[in-house]
Amino acid sequence: MDLETRAIVSDTLLRAVGVIKSYGDQTVVNVDTIEVRRGEVLALLGPNGAGKSTLVRVLAALETPDEGRLFYKGRRVGRDDPELRRAVSAVLQSPYLWRGTVAQNVEFGLRVRGLTAKERKERVRAALRMLEITDLRDAPVDTLSGGEAQRVALARALAVGPEILFLDEPTADLDVAVRRRLLADLERIVSRAAPALVLVTHDPGEAFSLADRVIVMEEGRIVQTGTPGDIFEAPATEFVASFTGAEFVVSGAVESAEEGIIVVRLESGQAVEAMGDLAEGTPVRIAYRPEDVVISMLSTPATSARNRFQVRVAALHRRGGLVRLRLTGGGLTLEALITRLALEDLKIQAGMAVIAQIKATALHVFPA
Amino acid sequence: MQIIIDAMGEAFRLLVGGDPYLWRIIVRSLQVSGLAVLLGLVVGIPLGTWLGLARFPGRGLAVALVNTGLALPPVVVGLFAYVFLSRQGPLGALGWLYTPNAMVSAQFLLAAPYVAAITLAAVQSVPAGLRLQARALGAGRWRALLLHLREARLSLMAAVAAGFGAVISEVGAVMMVGGNVAGETRVITTAIVLETRRGRFATAMALGIILLIIAFAANAFITRMQQAGPRRRRPLTS
Repeated sequence: MDLETRAIVSDTLLRAVGVIKSYGDQTVVNVDTIEVRRGEVLALLGPNGAGKSTLVRVLAALETPDEGRLFYKGRRVGRDDPELRRAVSAVLQSPYLWRGTVAQNVEFGLRVRGLTAKERKERVRAALRMLEITDLRDAPVDTLSGGEAQRVALARALAVGPEILFLDEPTADLDVAVRRRLLADLERIVSRAAPALVLVTHDPGEAFSLADRVIVMEEGRIVQTGTPGDIFEAPATEFVASFTGAEFVVSGAVESAEEGIIVVRLESGQAVEAMGDLAEGTPVRIAYRPEDVVISMLSTPATSARNRFQVRVAALHRRGGLVRLRLTGGGLTLEALITRLALEDLKIQAGMAVIAQIKATALHVFPA
Repeated sequence: MQIIIDAMGEAFRLLVGGDPYLWRIIVRSLQVSGLAVLLGLVVGIPLGTWLGLARFPGRGLAVALVNTGLALPPVVVGLFAYVFLSRQGPLGALGWLYTPNAMVSAQFLLAAPYVAAITLAAVQSVPAGLRLQARALGAGRWRALLLHLREARLSLMAAVAAGFGAVISEVGAVMMVGGNVAGETRVITTAIVLETRRGRFATAMALGIILLIIAFAANAFITRMQQAGPRRRRPLTS
């Protein structure tokens, strides 16, 4: 299903309101409202300890919150609601396979749902095929590798044909190649099987590449909800900006504000232009993504752009296909990310003077 | 030394020859201890499971008490069972003293905490996430619990064998409440005590050999179970 079709058919499957969950005197989840819509891929993004897993367990009705209500298709449901139990399935942080063969594991949810032997066999076969693990059918689970075990866990959760599938950090601790393959498979699976998918992840890249909607969590609270584009382009808080890869420049204060465009005087003296509607005099901090910094040579004719700084390349760090530059000049330090190719084209070397430029829309301004 | 060799030879003759006195004792031993362990399982497994998984105030104390059961002195258990079953005791009306029922009761009191303590450890060795995962796939509470026990089944089988090995080789409790009545409440351990006192070393030794074989079989079974598990688990996340 593409995004547009998804939007048309989307309606709320699951909604939780006023969820509070504490362990001891520590509140781990405090969420006003969260909903899962039909057929969407929803990412719960946040650092470790943000309460994502607990929230998922509450949404999947596996854990009773201290406070809060859960609604499935508009009907209030409790922890043991049979209809909800049948509609959801989940893969928790570890694969948790039980003794026996791969097929016996994959069959579990189908047995629970009382399917006949014939139906079970059929569905197991389909699930194994979907995850490309047909040849592991009769393998005892303790002979599997980490990646294989994760696939079996996924097949087991998909076999029941869930309406909502919860995946808690499905790629954590898998090595890069296995992880990439699993992500590609996930993408294929959700487009074909079309359950609503709730994906818990601490990796912004994973969330942005798979999700239709992203919910960013910090210390048990939801700090921003939106499309990957929304969150990437307009992070709601400093935390969201830095968690999704933005760097911070020095602090400053709003010098003038006019029709959504503000001019900020940085502590280092330069004036920069950014989008926003903060009042004059507001102390602010500014974030930007290193990949949004454009490098050009001094000889390049000057454009009218305001956010143009003459800087010197203080350091070069090669990272695979990308190069990270530290640029300093006039009391300002900037980080830029450019491709190796661009580096060669511009013949950039440490110590060289260059022009660094950032679009006003690429600067994110937060009240300090 | 000669006396030992003679006794050993006589013991084998008695065993192979199917001496009725000997075999009646062996069968009675297996009956009493088997039934006691069976009853111990019926009580000990649910109790151990509950203690292993539930969270309630005072749980720590309950666990400590159950673990004490692993070191319960049979003589003391026999004493309590005796007092309860004696004519003036609260259960005196049952008329069980010096009957196999009394011996089963006393050995049950020994076996139940034993089974509970081992069950407790067994269910706790299974990751709690497993039950949650079963629930996440649609299983009800009981189904998930059953799966949890199934994962712990090797340890549970070891619990059975260990409990059986413990009660069949104890002498204090059965002696006190059974009274070692020939053909009635005489079991392997009490018979060994008696035959040794009488100087009939061959019979005592034959019984001793049987007891050793039973104890060996029980322990071989436990070892086998322990070697088969616990299964290697690859933790995927910290």
